[in-house]
Amino acid sequence: MSSVHVLPYTVSPRQDTGLFNAKLGIWLFLGSEVMLFGGLFSAYILLRMGAPNWPMGSTILSIPIGTFNTIVLITSSVTMVMAWVSLKLQELKKFRMYLGLTILLALTFLMVKAFEYGAKFSIHYHEYFPALFNLAVHRLAGGIAAMALVPKCILGFFFLWAVWSLAQVAFKDFSRFVRTAILLISVIAFIGIILTLFELGNRHSHHNFPPSYSTYMAIYFTLTGLHGLHVLGGIIVNGYFWGPGRRMWLDQPERFTNRIEVAGLYWHFVDLVWIFLFPVLYLL
Amino acid sequence: MTSDHNAHHPKVGFWRQYVFNTDHKMIGLWYGITALFFLFFGFCLVMLMRWQLAYPGVALPVIGKWFGESRMPDGVMLPELYNQLGAMHGTIMVFMGIVPLAVGAYGNVLIPLMIGAPDMAFPKINLASYWAYFIGGVIMLASFFVPGGAAAAGWTSYAPLAVISTMGQTMWIIGMVFLITSSLLGAVNFLTTIIQMRAPGLTFMKLPFFVWAQFITAFLLLLAFPPLEAAAVMQLMDRVAHTSFFMPSGLMVSGQPLQISGGGSVLLWQHLFWFLAHPEVYVLILPAMGIVSEIIANNSRKPLWGYKAMVFSLIFLGFMSFIVWAHHMYITGMGTGISSFFQATTMIISIPSVIILTALFLSLWGGSIRFNTPMLFALAFLPMFGIGGLTGLPLGLSTPDIHLHDTYYVIGHFHYIVAPGTIFALFAGIYYWYPKLTGRKMNEFLGHLHFWPTLVCMNFLFMPMLIQGLAGVSRRLYDGGMEYSHAQGVMHLNGVMSYAAWIMALFQIPFIINILLSLKGGEKVNDNPWGSTTLEWATATPPPHGNFAFDPKVYRGPYEYSVPGASVDYTPQYQEKVI
Repeated sequence: MSSVHVLPYTVSPRQDTGLFNAKLGIWLFLGSEVMLFGGLFSAYILLRMGAPNWPMGSTILSIPIGTFNTIVLITSSVTMVMAWVSLKLQELKKFRMYLGLTILLALTFLMVKAFEYGAKFSIHYHEYFPALFNLAVHRLAGGIAAMALVPKCILGFFFLWAVWSLAQVAFKDFSRFVRTAILLISVIAFIGIILTLFELGNRHSHHNFPPSYSTYMAIYFTLTGLHGLHVLGGIIVNGYFWGPGRRMWLDQPERFTNRIEVAGLYWHFVDLVWIFLFPVLYLL
Repeated sequence: MTSDHNAHHPKVGFWRQYVFNTDHKMIGLWYGITALFFLFFGFCLVMLMRWQLAYPGVALPVIGKWFGESRMPDGVMLPELYNQLGAMHGTIMVFMGIVPLAVGAYGNVLIPLMIGAPDMAFPKINLASYWAYFIGGVIMLASFFVPGGAAAAGWTSYAPLAVISTMGQTMWIIGMVFLITSSLLGAVNFLTTIIQMRAPGLTFMKLPFFVWAQFITAFLLLLAFPPLEAAAVMQLMDRVAHTSFFMPSGLMVSGQPLQISGGGSVLLWQHLFWFLAHPEVYVLILPAMGIVSEIIANNSRKPLWGYKAMVFSLIFLGFMSFIVWAHHMYITGMGTGISSFFQATTMIISIPSVIILTALFLSLWGGSIRFNTPMLFALAFLPMFGIGGLTGLPLGLSTPDIHLHDTYYVIGHFHYIVAPGTIFALFAGIYYWYPKLTGRKMNEFLGHLHFWPTLVCMNFLFMPMLIQGLAGVSRRLYDGGMEYSHAQGVMHLNGVMSYAAWIMALFQIPFIINILLSLKGGEKVNDNPWGSTTLEWATATPPPHGNFAFDPKVYRGPYEYSVPGASVDYTPQYQEKVI
């Protein structure tokens, strides 16, 4: 062993286990995550079994929006794999594009989720602003209902702009397949935003469904909230690898590829949890 | 090699050297020091409780005034403070004292050394795990000073009491989330290290039993803690967002119906809590068994009797510990079918424990035993753990448990396992591995002065609890049961137990003095003072950064003591031929 101690199996797999350290580590961690969500799902089963009545998810939540978010997350899993494959093919530019798309799709998911959350509270924006300011904004925006749409529209346009500018960069260098993929994803995102706004128009301010409203709402907010935190964690990690973390590619490309693989395993797990959450909360 | 080694490590500043050092030995030491502090702190809490139990309603002399009017007016403890002390004693001892010491400290320091690895697999995650533990500890301590004081709903935090109690409970939950995070990070690290970084030749069946114990413990931590995290999140939602996960419909508090949606289940909390907390019991005891096995094999100069049987018992024990949790819940009115299942699994899980204990006893047979301080503690562990384990059998069967469950018998049983059991093993380990980390032995006279009185006091402290419990004294009473007519015959034992606790505290002073003075004044020893066979004794003392200045290779099993034909009575794992 060299005198500067180097940890073994950070890059190449150990022969008898066939794994490098981080890959084993993430699988173990995912095992504990299974137990975490397993605990919550079993709480759901127990509470639902004991409840005298239980609302159909579709009476409170919007199935189209949930379906849309499911598609977004599955697509993001695909782009995550593509990011890893790009690194395997030594194509850093493609990797950045695919990882960037993964992050954007994750942001889309969270954004739609935020709209969904917001729609569960009959928020009266004027309560949050001083009266004078409120009056001014009130006139400007033409009423509270329109006001509620403003921040969401800004976010939606920001998102479209982000996808569009990314596509601009991408269009220059990449194949027709890639361009088509970007266009497709943009269209999906756009439909999602339209759907979300529609949902808001339908449900906004008629009802108030905070977590304390019922056991169903409590479980909905706890499970999706915890899942949302996992999505956020994935965005932070992937954002690091997309930005400053990619420096590792220059001197340790193989190790960097391993990192993306491990981040991908985590991301697929987050995706998988949603695949369970969607039918449990929206459809059953 | 050594000069080369230093050349590649430029001098680092104080913070990098001591506080943010990712070396596993430094992290382990921090774990150890912090955990010993929390053990002492938790012991202080219980000494206060013992005053109230021995002299209910009598003002605590001298220090009673320091606690303020809101906790101890005129030095007399309020029931609210007593409840806080009880809840926090349990929490601190289990989650912030013993687990971090047995797993965080011992595991961190010893696992890489014993398997011939340069460090843990993820050194930075290792450091993060320590700091998560530290922050969790600070939050728990801070909770004593928020309005209403610390958590007071017991260390089990049963709903709905915990949900409607004061702000300290929220602090408890947040603190627990940090402690759970710490354990998860540590468990991932330990498992990866043991699976991936064993030295060439060190197959699983050549691992020292200590490493096996840590391996199974890490699996328990990894898989049992997350459900408690889920439960903690739900209780946090109940408290902060006013949901009703654990709140049944129609709940009245102080004659007023609560404004909640209801429909929750109080039993759900108990199930999720004990799904963690039963494996947790084995998290407390398995590392202790590992430590004791190393010390007994070494000091009886004999191989462990039945190493393979012990390892398989350990694995079986780890598996079974996930399907016995409801034996903590017999008095919740569960049906006979479920109760039969859990009684059966509970009886089955006692078998591997008995196999391990028996193997350790048989390991002594025919040995030439060295009665040094670590060996004394390790030997005392065996009968003390035996008493603890055997007194648990009646609690595992629902019929006697219904009588015993809410009495001091449970406290006595549990403490026999953890105090003169696990803590004795932890003491033994400190005396045993101290020379590896410092190059000096601890003083034998002070060691004996620590051991004998502690052993006597432990029994005077916990044996009366079993007696009181059999007489039916409730374990939840602020005045120790004074008002109970059926308890009058055993009330005088409260005084005996309290004096035993206070005297035991006195005899920890030689231990503290011993640790500190031996740093400079202890007998200087070589790299392998106990004549031991495992890898941690192969390297320099104290082990340098990176642990080994050579490539460790393993040629034989971990306990080749007194090999026939050898010239010395131990043949280390790293030695190719029997000399």
